[in-house]
Amino acid sequence: MAKSSSLLYLDGVSVSFDGFKALNELSLVIAPGEMRAIIGPNGAGKTTMMDVITGKTRPDSGEVFFDGTVDLTDEDEASIAELGIGRKFQKPTVFESHTIWDNLELALKAPRGPFATLFHVIAGAEKARIEELLELIRLGDKRDELAANLSHGQKQWLEIGMLLAQDPKLLLVDEPAAGMTDAETAETAELLKDIAKSHSVVVVEHDMTFIRALGVKVTCLAEGSVLAEGSLDHVSADERVVEVYLGR
Amino acid sequence: MMTSFLFRALDAKAGVFVAILLAVIVAVPALNLLTPPDSPFHVPTYAVTLMGKYLTYALLALSVDLVWGFCGILSLGHGAFFALGGYAMGMYLMRQIGTRGVYGDPILPDFMVFLNWNELPWYWYGFDMAWFAFLLVLLVPGALAFIFGWFAFRSRVTGVYLSIITQALTYALLLAFFRNDMGFGGNNGLTDFKDILGFDVQANTTRAGLFAASGLALMICFLICRAITRSKLGKVLVAVRDAESRTRFLGYRVENYKLFVWVISAMMAGIAGSLYVPQVGIINPGEFAPANSIEAVIWVAVGGRGTLVGAVIGAVLVNFAKTWFTAALPDVWLFALGALFVIVTLFLPKGIVGTISQGWTAIRQRKLSAAYADGSDEPPNLPPNSPAAPANVTRAAPSSGAEPQPAE
Repeated sequence: MAKSSSLLYLDGVSVSFDGFKALNELSLVIAPGEMRAIIGPNGAGKTTMMDVITGKTRPDSGEVFFDGTVDLTDEDEASIAELGIGRKFQKPTVFESHTIWDNLELALKAPRGPFATLFHVIAGAEKARIEELLELIRLGDKRDELAANLSHGQKQWLEIGMLLAQDPKLLLVDEPAAGMTDAETAETAELLKDIAKSHSVVVVEHDMTFIRALGVKVTCLAEGSVLAEGSLDHVSADERVVEVYLGR
Repeated sequence: MMTSFLFRALDAKAGVFVAILLAVIVAVPALNLLTPPDSPFHVPTYAVTLMGKYLTYALLALSVDLVWGFCGILSLGHGAFFALGGYAMGMYLMRQIGTRGVYGDPILPDFMVFLNWNELPWYWYGFDMAWFAFLLVLLVPGALAFIFGWFAFRSRVTGVYLSIITQALTYALLLAFFRNDMGFGGNNGLTDFKDILGFDVQANTTRAGLFAASGLALMICFLICRAITRSKLGKVLVAVRDAESRTRFLGYRVENYKLFVWVISAMMAGIAGSLYVPQVGIINPGEFAPANSIEAVIWVAVGGRGTLVGAVIGAVLVNFAKTWFTAALPDVWLFALGALFVIVTLFLPKGIVGTISQGWTAIRQRKLSAAYADGSDEPPNLPPNSPAAPANVTRAAPSSGAEPQPAE
């Protein structure tokens, strides 16, 4: 796909840490509105790829473009987030000494400068949006509880809620189903499919049932580059994927 | 917009504190000035000055709590801002001496005559005017904090490294101010003050006035801190404290937030220093000593970080104990201070105020549970917690930032 019509465009991206090549000539293109699942063994570079996209890690070489025109390697974390890329971490990372409500309020799309927040008064529309999100992530009755008191699965959901509150164009979701029961995993897949109707989503996941439930195009990474790409059936039939990842 | 910002500062809890503070501001000077010296209610002037000094320490503690308790910046150099504010005030007071100095020079302070200086250094210009000096009390610490913070926060220096740099900052200033040719009186500093705003600094009424001014400054700064920490900006600060990199990924420029509170806090420390100097009658480079800054951190830790009120209580209690101990048992004071810090860290990690409010919450929770067991409709949910909740509420389960958390 051409760079100009893509939402996210990675070409020949390499990152190495102390000689270890975490990403090796990785190329990946996400179209606007697309949902993509990324699989791969541990150390394949999935999280490093997200670090590069969100500005946490600078690539040694290669191009990273957002919306076809914005060079993400020139931007820092905050401005990348402002451009419209939201990220959910592998380990659920919420603000533990804030209430659920405050977590969502902080994530909510609004001016991010210190003076804007100093004089910020929460508006009716914002309240309505938070209520809506609370409903969606099923934490409405826990709104005044500290995020520290949530279970692991609830934190995952809260973080997804925070991601939605940001209203990003592209969501990077790292292992959303980790540590969830089967029922929760199925619900999370439904939630993500719902989200994918109005956003572009990149999901990193190990859980094959979860990937199958999503039913989207799959990219398998190994040793920092793309091993195979296509439907889940296509990818899981690939000899090399079976060898490095799925096992016999 | 502005009004809601200000109203946010006042709720029942803050109201009680402000009311108590107001009562003290009125009562202490009144009992000093209006009662005869032999009355049992009479507050001697030395006690007024001593308590006034505590209030300026409390303001310093408040400024430390704002950056440490809410934003996780452990400053071990806040004494520098305090001393700079003090020096700005000291320069004003020196210029007020006029011809009453030992050498009787109408322009030059005594130490300059002693050093055979012929004219006033350019940076002493303007300090004969009160408004200029009072403005610099804010601007000098604020500007230093801005420059320091601009580089430190942009380079993402955090945790222990930042603490060490702040310590180095105050130590460097200590060494610089010790030098005679800096033009700030060197080793002896600035002293022998006569007048402030035309009033004799030794007079009872002036002392009472300075006490009241210290109390008012503390109250206003408390309300400002409260308005800041209860705003959305305050929530962002707590987010930065607990998970800095997560906050960045939400699109907040963490360095700007840190810079904002850092400068505000430095200005408050400057105000504290400027009120301290006329009450103790001297400012010298010793005020830059790293130990002073560390002591201020201990006050906050004892009172309870991230509580604001706790910082004030901690500063007053520790300094009261210090006064008492240094008189009663001068040899053990430092051991007592050390032991106090160890005990607080081990047994009261949330400080006095944090522990009390936690205990109170637990009791209320138990009552609610009991009522629920008896068939009440109200479910025993935890009472709402505000971001102003004690800072280390998550200490038991370390917060899960994407990066190692700064040392605290």
